[in-house]
Amino acid sequence: MSFLSRAPAPAWPLAAPADDGPGNPWFSWRYVHDNAGEILSALQFHAGLTARAVIIALVVAVPLAVAAYWWRPLTGPILALSGVLYTIPSLALLALVAPAVGTTSDTSVLIALVLYALLVLVRNALAGLTQVPSEVRDAAAGMGYGRFGRLVRIELPLALPGILTGLRLATVSTVALVTVGSLIGKGGLGEMILGGFRNNFYKAEIMTGTILCVGLALVLDLVLAGLGRLVTPWARERRS
Amino acid sequence: MNYFREGFVWLNDPLNWTNPGGLLDRLDEHLLISLWAVLLGCAIGWPLGIWLGHRGRGGGAIVTLANLTLAIPTLALLTILPLTPLGFGKPPVVVALAVFAVPPLLANAYTGLRQIDPETRDAAKGMGLSGGQLLRQVELPLSVPYLAAGLRTAAVQVVATAALAAFVNGGGLGEIISAGFGVGMSNGGGGQIVAGGIVVALLALLVETLLAAVQRLVTPAALRGARRRPTAAAPAG
Repeated sequence: MSFLSRAPAPAWPLAAPADDGPGNPWFSWRYVHDNAGEILSALQFHAGLTARAVIIALVVAVPLAVAAYWWRPLTGPILALSGVLYTIPSLALLALVAPAVGTTSDTSVLIALVLYALLVLVRNALAGLTQVPSEVRDAAAGMGYGRFGRLVRIELPLALPGILTGLRLATVSTVALVTVGSLIGKGGLGEMILGGFRNNFYKAEIMTGTILCVGLALVLDLVLAGLGRLVTPWARERRS
Repeated sequence: MNYFREGFVWLNDPLNWTNPGGLLDRLDEHLLISLWAVLLGCAIGWPLGIWLGHRGRGGGAIVTLANLTLAIPTLALLTILPLTPLGFGKPPVVVALAVFAVPPLLANAYTGLRQIDPETRDAAKGMGLSGGQLLRQVELPLSVPYLAAGLRTAAVQVVATAALAAFVNGGGLGEIISAGFGVGMSNGGGGQIVAGGIVVALLALLVETLLAAVQRLVTPAALRGARRRPTAAAPAG
């Protein structure tokens, strides 16, 4: 929220009066009220795209992490590749994907988002898996668990905190990254931010889009944190 | 693959490099913006992180801060800052990029000072070093690898994110891509889009490689290898 304390200009009142005349304030309830439909649809698109990207990434990332975990020689290359891909700018990635997939559908944005989320998730899932103590693994093997049973019943549950950390990071950064899709008109709330900038610097529109974006990220983060508490009851007990 | 061939054709036209607003101009802008943003980030992030690490408090706040900046879209800062008294042009872009460069610098400086063995500190204090001497002669040299890692993360992130400045006409290599989208797919814009994407991606990878090599050079041999690079959750902007 650092920008909230930094951004406001002294010239405009922070809290806009109920009906804002000229002066183009940062916060305008009237704008929100008048454009509720468009704002809601942008929010919906944003949330939907985020959810799709994160879910696809999760479905792909966990098997990848397991593969890297089972076959040690794969660990180095997978981690290195994810590190290298992560440095590629989102705009460049979108520019490379969009002409091939088409600039009219949101698939190109989705592909870019999935790639970034994937990298975070694989790293964290792998870290979670490798942190399972070897005694635990030995004990599981001694109890007669096979490789697969051990993975599903012991190792994956124990890696859940790591996976969830990755999931939270990936979700928050995906919410922020969706806005880049506004280059091809598929940016959700980014459309509002950029639209306000282009539309004679309409500050209320920019601010509404920004706040909803940050709010969406924080809400999703909280939901995932709560979910994490629910599915890892043992972590809670150990701490208290 | 058709578009990739068009992209290489575009890159092979010397005019696309030397024209006003061509690749070379944009590269210049891009590097200049990135340099100032990283410098500004260092000027804020390092003293603060070193101070907090020296005192040994405030770590939780730093993690919270780093996580919060992840949630702010770069695009939002890029559009909001020009409307503040900063005005238009390069300054708001530099400030926006610096905002995202500070958390990795800060977090790594803090971690770097905190990971020093407390016994080393005690020994230095026992030898009669004052707080400032302890910081300069013991703590800072020992945390150089972390400072370098933070700089690397921040620099790569800034170079990658600077491409987004094109959204607000802030210059930089992103302009090539955004101009390509403006030309339109059917008018040969596809090649330009791909070419711009390739150049930006290559630049980011080049900076990453260069700084990784620098980091290896400044890290004492004994500290190399075992330690993995501390990740301060760098978002690809």
